[in-house]
Amino acid sequence: MTIILQIATVVVISAAGFFLVRSSGARHQAIRRVLLLLFVIAAASSVFVPELWGRAATFLGIGRGTDLLLYLLVLVFLAFVATTYRRFRHLETQNTELARALAILQVKEPTGAHGTSGSTDAH
Amino acid sequence: MSRTWVVVPMYNEAAVVGGVVRDLVAEFGYVVCVDDGSSDHSAQAALEAGAHVIIHPINLGQGASLQTGIDYALLDPEMTEVLTFDADGQHQIDDARAMVGRVRNGNLAIVTGSRFLDERTQLGFLKRVTLRTAARVSRLTTGKSLTDAHNGLRVLRRDVLERIRITQNRMAHASELVDLLADTGLPWEEHPTHIVYTDYSRSKGQSLLNGVNILVDLLFK
Repeated sequence: MTIILQIATVVVISAAGFFLVRSSGARHQAIRRVLLLLFVIAAASSVFVPELWGRAATFLGIGRGTDLLLYLLVLVFLAFVATTYRRFRHLETQNTELARALAILQVKEPTGAHGTSGSTDAH
Repeated sequence: MSRTWVVVPMYNEAAVVGGVVRDLVAEFGYVVCVDDGSSDHSAQAALEAGAHVIIHPINLGQGASLQTGIDYALLDPEMTEVLTFDADGQHQIDDARAMVGRVRNGNLAIVTGSRFLDERTQLGFLKRVTLRTAARVSRLTTGKSLTDAHNGLRVLRRDVLERIRITQNRMAHASELVDLLADTGLPWEEHPTHIVYTDYSRSKGQSLLNGVNILVDLLFK
């Protein structure tokens, strides 16, 4: 039965990789939120109905419910790292464009430079 | 009418940038220094030496500085090519002049410097191996056969500049730039350059461990 978990692991890691290479849009944000909601429900249910997790773990061939939860946590964390990295890169790009535009607007030109004709400098 | 703009990225180079800029202004006339948030008086020194100076309000990295300088040069409709030149004085004006000449007269769009086409440049063993490896990696990923993929001396024609955009702000920009230039498919040749490693430029050199950071930046863009 571990094959199911192994496949699931690969699927989640691929999904994390997918988020890594794709830009984050409204649809991806929605998917992230649904996944987060599912994770919250799963976490809460593990407190109230732990025997459910035990049965699910046995079904998947993992052993204990806590182990299953740990595996899920690892996978969710990996996905989190991937999306966060992606988002930081996006913010960095925006920040760069903003700083660049500001810097170019405030260019300092050397005094009396290129004074051969009035129209040489198009800035 | 052709006009070369020299783009000089600089970060805390006040000690040397004045002399470098003076030589460049005398040769090419149009120099823009992009100060990447220096804490010394680099910007003032460059301005007094006759360069246009753009100051990043925050430190963004050398790749971002290059792109800022390119954006500024593109604002000048008479600009025909950009020369990129390091602020620490390790490049030679003679090499730069010859490279610009090859772009203007040789129907080349891209001319990049290489330390490995002649025997002038003295390199330590470790640095030589690192640079040769970087060149081989870029040959694998871009199909472009280069002897030196990380040379700060480059001449890029206007049509090249209009087609590329450097997004790697930090040191990975050198490899990224090779990819971007190779993608344009425009005629590209290397030119033998002499790099003078002074104690000053050596002290500013990057550690080899930084190669790990560059690799990660490139893999997860």
